[in-house]
Amino acid sequence: MNMIVCIKQVMDPETPPASFKIDPQTNKVIPPPGIAPVPDPYSEYALEAALRLKAENSGKITAISLGNDLLRDVVKKSLAMGADELILLEDEAFAGGDSCSTAIALAAAIKKIGEYDIVFCGRQAADWGASQVGSGIAELLGLPCLTLAQKVEATDGKAKVEVVTDDGYEVVETTLPAVITVSNELGEVRYPNIKGILKAKKKEPIIWKPADIGLEASEVGAAGRCTKLVKLFQPVREGEAEIISGDTPEEAAVNLALKLREIKLI
Amino acid sequence: MAESSGVMAYAEASKDKLTTTTRELLGIGRNLANELGEPLCAVLAGDGVSSLADEAISLGADRVYVIDDPLLKEYLSDSFTPVMERLAAEVSPRIILLGQTDAGRDLAPRLAFRLKTAATLDCVDLTIDAASKRLQATRPVYGGNALATFTTETDPQIVTIRVKAFSAATADASRKGEVIKAEAGLEPAAVRTKVLDRIVEEVEGLKLEDAAVVVSGGRGIGGAEGFKQLEELAHLLKGALGASRPPCDNGWVSELLQIGITGKIIAPDLYLAVALSGSSQHLSGCSGSKNIVAINKDPEANIFQAATYGVVGDWKKVVPALTEKIRELTSG
Ligand SMILES: Cc1cc2nc3c(=O)[nH]c(=O)nc-3n(C[C@H](O)[C@H](O)[C@H](O)COP(=O)(O)OP(=O)(O)OC[C@H]3O[C@@H](n4cnc5c(N)ncnc54)[C@H](O)[C@@H]3O)c2cc1C
Repeated sequence: MNMIVCIKQVMDPETPPASFKIDPQTNKVIPPPGIAPVPDPYSEYALEAALRLKAENSGKITAISLGNDLLRDVVKKSLAMGADELILLEDEAFAGGDSCSTAIALAAAIKKIGEYDIVFCGRQAADWGASQVGSGIAELLGLPCLTLAQKVEATDGKAKVEVVTDDGYEVVETTLPAVITVSNELGEVRYPNIKGILKAKKKEPIIWKPADIGLEASEVGAAGRCTKLVKLFQPVREGEAEIISGDTPEEAAVNLALKLREIKLI
Repeated sequence: MAESSGVMAYAEASKDKLTTTTRELLGIGRNLANELGEPLCAVLAGDGVSSLADEAISLGADRVYVIDDPLLKEYLSDSFTPVMERLAAEVSPRIILLGQTDAGRDLAPRLAFRLKTAATLDCVDLTIDAASKRLQATRPVYGGNALATFTTETDPQIVTIRVKAFSAATADASRKGEVIKAEAGLEPAAVRTKVLDRIVEEVEGLKLEDAAVVVSGGRGIGGAEGFKQLEELAHLLKGALGASRPPCDNGWVSELLQIGITGKIIAPDLYLAVALSGSSQHLSGCSGSKNIVAINKDPEANIFQAATYGVVGDWKKVVPALTEKIRELTSG
């Protein structure tokens, strides 16, 4: 079983809301000082799904990360967790893309890799969260795509996938090769072990530029976008809560009940 | 392709009625169509959906395309993408609106790539730019920490709308419209996926999305036992129980109760947030609530930034006293 996992590097989504700042001039997020980027948590669910399949069926996992200025500590975590190969689409030209230009570059890289049964992506990324790269890769490569997987089994050229729905889940079968996007319902993601960390230290990623995957710089990253960002802004919060107090917590609770009654909420 | 015109809304039904999200789609769809001075059409694709066309007209559609085919009994991207691709090519809408639902979130990007255009998902605001007549689509990004407005230069401009973010259309039975039957034209061989089973997890009591009152607990509740107390309070308020992510991850409550960016999006009249800190990812799912009331022992907790009222204290002391007082106030 040959698997490819697309893993994005993102700003740490657990950054405290108070440290989240935007530069309105450039429509960009100001990287919070002292908080390092991380592998996108949803992408890590995708990698975990691949690692579980590998444990059952054996096979090879190739991780791909796309961007500019990719931190080796961040992108190599995939190797430490158990991926066999790491390909970086790393170039200035890849920066500032949207789902459209990102999917085009990833699809071209996947085509170049050639042999694969499943391409895994996260259901969305923790930064822009556009939720389209997996579907886009599938369209560009002419593959079936199942989105929001919580469990994946694969045998004999087919995969049986549980996909999360609003009120439960569906069990869907697909022919392979296919693209599968993975949701957090998959369950806990493994930590790298010492052996993995040492292996990752020694292994160097393969780096591809746009030309290596048969694309012009104008087709990827910011230049290849299909959407234009008009404005990035922070929602206005209406100020602080009115604190209902009392001499004891119990008394505060009683006062809260009275307040809710007064404003006819109960 | 002919020059694009009009707004197309992808309608969905449940139990022989158009869903609430579909009514919201037709509401915003009508507004956008009026602003453009162009028609609004609805698409009903499924098995046995013909009877819903009149309802779509009463909710504002000028035209309804009905694609009734047993092959469309259940949603699969492999079957619905070519069906919508074909219809979009025939009708050439300027805008296609879908709900951010199980089907809509899967179909919109698929369709956008197929039609060589772009989609913007989970929008909370949609406006027409006066000068360019292009759609400006605003959606939460960075886990709800920010909002971003996007445009695209290609047609159709495809967007999904966040549930409960737009007002629903009101029905007017006197409205007139045209019903057009269209063919699915589906090649069964093009469908490479198959639904083997559908598991619906029953959640006791009122549905979270429909409840006017939601009592929600976070990591600070500490275990399944504590949620029993919140459930009792929810029951008393004729509301539903919800949770932040840690209680779901820890198995204290069903994953279906998770509120937030990867859970349910709700907008009740009263959201009682107990022992949860108010992360951006959580608030993204409940910030549409009319009133947020927070109970938290930490006065600095971010939830107090989003709440209208708050009590600073240990929930183990506050919740029982609150429950008792509410019982007293609401009985008799
Ligand atoms: C990509 C991504 C997606 C995510 N999606 C979601 C999502 O959809 N929904 C979601 O909820 N989260 C989501 N999260 C997680 C989110 O970032 C937070 O970690 C989570 O919401 C925190 O939950 P909490 O507020 O219950 O826990 P904490 O942040 O740990 O807060 C617990 C709170 O309880 C209070 N407390 C503790 N004990 C008591 C007591 N005895 N009495 C009163 N108060 C007490 C504490 O003061 C604290 O404020 C996501 C995270 C990521 C990275």
